[in-house]
Amino acid sequence: MTETELRHFIDTVFNYFQQLTGQGPQMGLPYIKNQDSVVMDFTGLIGISGPRKGGIYLTTKRDLLVKMTQIVLGDSSGDDQVLLDMVGEMANTIAGNLQKYFGADFQISVPIVVSGKPTDVSLRLKPPSFVIPFSWEGMKACLVAGLES
Amino acid sequence: MKLLIVDDSSIIRRAIEKYLGPLGLEVCATASNGKEALDLFQKHQPDLVTLDITMPFMDGLSCLSEIKKIKPSAKVIVISALSDQATGIKALKLGAFSFLPKPFTEQQIVEEIRRVLGEGS
Repeated sequence: MTETELRHFIDTVFNYFQQLTGQGPQMGLPYIKNQDSVVMDFTGLIGISGPRKGGIYLTTKRDLLVKMTQIVLGDSSGDDQVLLDMVGEMANTIAGNLQKYFGADFQISVPIVVSGKPTDVSLRLKPPSFVIPFSWEGMKACLVAGLES
Repeated sequence: MKLLIVDDSSIIRRAIEKYLGPLGLEVCATASNGKEALDLFQKHQPDLVTLDITMPFMDGLSCLSEIKKIKPSAKVIVISALSDQATGIKALKLGAFSFLPKPFTEQQIVEEIRRVLGEGS
């Protein structure tokens, strides 16, 4: 992935939060993922097809999803099923918004959502995968992307 | 006016229903994929549809084509994260009334629906 492409990912994450909440996240320094697992409480994975095959996943702490659900719905029970739906929708929207930069043949799958620490979440990603850490209102999350060049 | 809400995210379905509640629309049904949406469209014959694109079983654009065959006068607002212009243009060519990008706020969708209903400024 080029530096410009990485910038598109950063901008897309920033714009998602800015648009929906009026408050952009603090973006951390991206790095190349090593063997260490980068998985938090809830994860939404999107498969990418077309010329840039691979995958993207958004992984977040529970508190961030509870807050986002409160913003969208006005309340949140913190129920796991609702939070899984939220992380899937967020991953789907961020991946879909990337089409603006990668073109209409950047085709996204429906989200696969998981809670906890699954070991196979990176299987759809094409190495090298890049980790983009960020925090929003002090709550942590990462976008991880691995696409064929 | 009868409204069908179609999105594979239950949060988005609930959000749209909540945001549009004050407009006095009758939400006749909600669906989580294109196939279910078509069945419900046949049954309820809604006047207005909010339609996601990326969904399991049948995507929103295929669903849109079928909806327009069943009831050409139905107004369909495609609401999608797919942000390439070509996707929006394709939706409009297939008969969508308008295209609202995700993520959207309550104010944005209310304004869009008011515009569709001819109440916008």
